[in-house]
Amino acid sequence: MAGILFFEHIARTEPAAGRASHYARPLVFAAQAGDAQMKKYSVFAVAREAMRHHTGWDRAWRDAQPKKKYDVIIIGAGGHGLATAYYLGKNFGITNVAILEKGWLGGGNTGRNTTIIRSNYLQDPSAAIYEKSRSLYETMSQDLNYNVMFSPRGVIMLAQTEHEVRGYKRTAHANALQGVQTEFIGPERVKELVPIIDIDGPRYPVLGGLWQARGGTARHDAVAWGYARACSDMGMDVIQKCEVTAIRQAGGKVVGVSTNKGDIDCDKLGMVVAGHSGHLADMAGFRLPIESVALQALVSEPIKPCMDVVVMANTVHGYLSQSDKGEMVIGGGTDGYNNYTQRGAFHHIEETVRALIETFPMLSRLKMLRQWGGIVDVTGDRSPILSRTPVDGIFINCGWGTGGFKAIPGSGWAMAELMAKGRSPLTDAFGLERFTEGRFIDESVAAGVAH
Amino acid sequence: MLIIHCPNCGVTAEETEFHAHGEAHLKRFGPGSADDEFESYLFMRRNPKGVHFERWRHQYGCGKWFHVARDTVTLEVFGSYSAQTTEPPEEILQAIRDRRPEWELT
Repeated sequence: MAGILFFEHIARTEPAAGRASHYARPLVFAAQAGDAQMKKYSVFAVAREAMRHHTGWDRAWRDAQPKKKYDVIIIGAGGHGLATAYYLGKNFGITNVAILEKGWLGGGNTGRNTTIIRSNYLQDPSAAIYEKSRSLYETMSQDLNYNVMFSPRGVIMLAQTEHEVRGYKRTAHANALQGVQTEFIGPERVKELVPIIDIDGPRYPVLGGLWQARGGTARHDAVAWGYARACSDMGMDVIQKCEVTAIRQAGGKVVGVSTNKGDIDCDKLGMVVAGHSGHLADMAGFRLPIESVALQALVSEPIKPCMDVVVMANTVHGYLSQSDKGEMVIGGGTDGYNNYTQRGAFHHIEETVRALIETFPMLSRLKMLRQWGGIVDVTGDRSPILSRTPVDGIFINCGWGTGGFKAIPGSGWAMAELMAKGRSPLTDAFGLERFTEGRFIDESVAAGVAH
Repeated sequence: MLIIHCPNCGVTAEETEFHAHGEAHLKRFGPGSADDEFESYLFMRRNPKGVHFERWRHQYGCGKWFHVARDTVTLEVFGSYSAQTTEPPEEILQAIRDRRPEWELT
């Protein structure tokens, strides 16, 4: 698929080359496995393969089996785990790495989010890591030689109460100081950017919005696949269907993990498992300030292009974008109670859709195609944890809550630095000790529900 | 959708009539306590994958608080009981053991 999508990428500057489909299915799983050097995806590769009925594509990543020992084991082959491994190899030359995944690659929240990318946060530490992340998304397709379809179409966070207007103006000022390009725009400009919006809304008229022109979306699966391919190419082992059942320690230091594929030793261990972080921490013998809840999303039937930006309406708990396939992608609020169901309560879907229809009346005519949930790990201050742990050699990256997708590359970059060097300027503020010290990064008020 | 019984007013209704408020039976640490105890009280949560004891309020009913024992994986509700207790009562524990023989209170 990536080859074809890469072709699409080039086709934009060469109209005569025609238009390839975003629907292209992955061809990358075909053909033989092997340890040979990764073949570069390019327009020439597509042309070459077209001549021989696409029989020459290699696997995107090796189907690895665990070795006895690795320098670093990352638990969790979602976006954050794979990105961590990738930057360990790319930035620090640590390539004796295994990434263990109990399910399938990118099958957790990486494949369940609404793919929104933005960095318009209020607090400095958040803005730093999210803006690092957003800037890495800009060149990710080129860096990974894998089209992740980053689409900087712009993100509006609607202000629908006076409090939100003040809040977002404050954020816009903070962003100006942080070097994050955002601006507060009035309702007329919102209407101009989003013709389908009803700015007079019966309950919550649109009073303006926080506009980040270089925010947008990306193909979430491709992010995981692109990183996995690049990791595998560096000699790392991406091991799927490998569930960690115990964490082995000696003298307060981690020595390895037990899995359903046997014991694997390691010098350093990174836990990057989102909703199941508490479960793993329990195995390692420490607790986390985290609760897991279900967050849901849904998509409508595909329709013709009607909205080319991302809109987040935090007052009414809904966010909306249109995928390249034409589906309206809708995200809502979390369930109110702890759960691990990856399903979520139906009345939240009803609330979300009901609220969005007030602002986007045209949605009422759409059929909903499918709905799903993911388990998000929410911390007390709604900010992530990238930290050492009480066990020597174990590092944890979790607590991204309802907004982890946008942070994948930045999170991986920072986590890799933390694991390789023991500290990172990007993660300093996100340590576990902030809860003892009362040094919160309070985005829960600043960002509203959806982030 | 959860069906929950309010032990205060006796109403059994679906979850939209109630509001969940997190883990039950937290021991409170106030002024003079150690830093880690206070941190633990404020932020650390068991967040179990399985049986969970939690506080609920009958928000759109009698308005009173109570506790619920629930499974966070299957969403099965084992029963509800008074909030005026520091540990789950025996009949709730028995109801859980009937359904989860291998489960232990930790």
